[in-house]
Amino acid sequence: MKKISILDRLVLLATAHAAGFQIIKGLEGCGFWPSLYFTITFGAIILSCLLLILFGFDILGHRMVVVAATLIPLSLSTGIVSVYLPRFHAAYATFAAAGFILIVVTRIFSTDRTATVALVWIHGIAGLMIFAAPLILSINGITPPLFALVGIGGGVNGLAGLLLAFLRMDRPLLSQERIYSLMPALLLFTTALFLIGMSAD
Amino acid sequence: MRSVGQRLLLYLPLIKARQTALLLITGFAGYVSSQPGVLSWETIAGLLGALALAISGSTVLNMVFDRDIDARMSRTASRPLPAGKIGDREALTLGLAISSAGLLWAFSLSIVFGSVVFAGLFTDVVIYTLWLKRRTAWSIIWGGISGGMPILAGRVLGTGTVDYIGILLAVSILLWIPTHILTFSLTGKHSDDYRRAGIPTFPQVYGQGKTRIIIALSSTGAACSIALGCFALGLEGGYIRLLSVLTAGIIGLAIFSIYRPSDRVDFGLFKYASLYMLGAMLMLVLGTLK
Repeated sequence: MKKISILDRLVLLATAHAAGFQIIKGLEGCGFWPSLYFTITFGAIILSCLLLILFGFDILGHRMVVVAATLIPLSLSTGIVSVYLPRFHAAYATFAAAGFILIVVTRIFSTDRTATVALVWIHGIAGLMIFAAPLILSINGITPPLFALVGIGGGVNGLAGLLLAFLRMDRPLLSQERIYSLMPALLLFTTALFLIGMSAD
Repeated sequence: MRSVGQRLLLYLPLIKARQTALLLITGFAGYVSSQPGVLSWETIAGLLGALALAISGSTVLNMVFDRDIDARMSRTASRPLPAGKIGDREALTLGLAISSAGLLWAFSLSIVFGSVVFAGLFTDVVIYTLWLKRRTAWSIIWGGISGGMPILAGRVLGTGTVDYIGILLAVSILLWIPTHILTFSLTGKHSDDYRRAGIPTFPQVYGQGKTRIIIALSSTGAACSIALGCFALGLEGGYIRLLSVLTAGIIGLAIFSIYRPSDRVDFGLFKYASLYMLGAMLMLVLGTLK
């Protein structure tokens, strides 16, 4: 098991600060629902970073952490839908809430394999929404071009989620050591892309 | 004969620098929360100086009066007093001198401020350490009350009076102390230490399960109290949102420790509690200064 280094801790601390800044300053004038969704997104990033700093990388294998990490794509995609596709807000929010409950239930009551399948599907749909919606919106000129960075961030975040999911299924795409080494940098990179992309709009 | 520098280095562990620093931060946050308009550096220097001396002094006096139990605990046996690096009389003189200097400085700034600082020192040294610590596990409440005094003192120095916001902020520290201290006494190594020293702790008296429930309840209480204080101060939504996130973390960890108890989770909660308080104070300062 890879030990968390001082550099890892500094990178995670920087990520937590960036996410904290976004919660304080970046969500002004967003409206109630988008503020709530994006607070959950960046809040989950902050808590993930703090838990990693305190407990080290082996916490990534814990089932409840996997559940909490799902909040990031689900809340971010719901936030994007609520702002840019308000007609679908209620339907998508229902999907996200149901998906989250399904992930929690399967994590607690069913086999590891079923739980991972549920996680990959729901994570995948939310990830696709985060990846595609900002790209389409910026290409069509509905949002500034830089907003596409949110989509790229979503893609990187989805990739990190898949790496962890396959690791849990004992079919790792990269070695555990490599995945854990990449995790702090991936978190900082995705958070930075979210911040830059969202501040552009 | 040791040089003055070496002597001062020996004194450092007597004042528990990190704990004192955290309490100073709460005192500063309490002062800033009073929205004093222009921040006077003389007043801030007075606030921090008086508090630093009074808190350090009370910590030194605690170490003097607890030297026998410190000697019986592996965690504290190497402290300067039980290890015989500093004499009892010398430490007692040092503790009394810096406590008195802190009190004099505090009273010279304001009578009400000085009174609150004195109340904190008296509660910590006399009620908590000398009277209750060896008799009851509930002594922690008094330890918590003295821990809440710096933030109240800071606010009192700014407002000139004890108001309900100051009380709320002090209560938040009071309720945070059990999360900080009890998680520490839960972990196996430290729990054995306290048992060996004959100090009654919640886990010994009421069991680990009930202690964890108390920790969860006190964390929730601390979070509610500081949230109410922040609302009363009119902090912007962003600061309240971030505080809610940090609060979700501490309550979540406390609840998790009930269902999946382990030394590791307890120690993680202990560490997170410090981060939480530091974060909450930062929100209070930034939100008020904005």
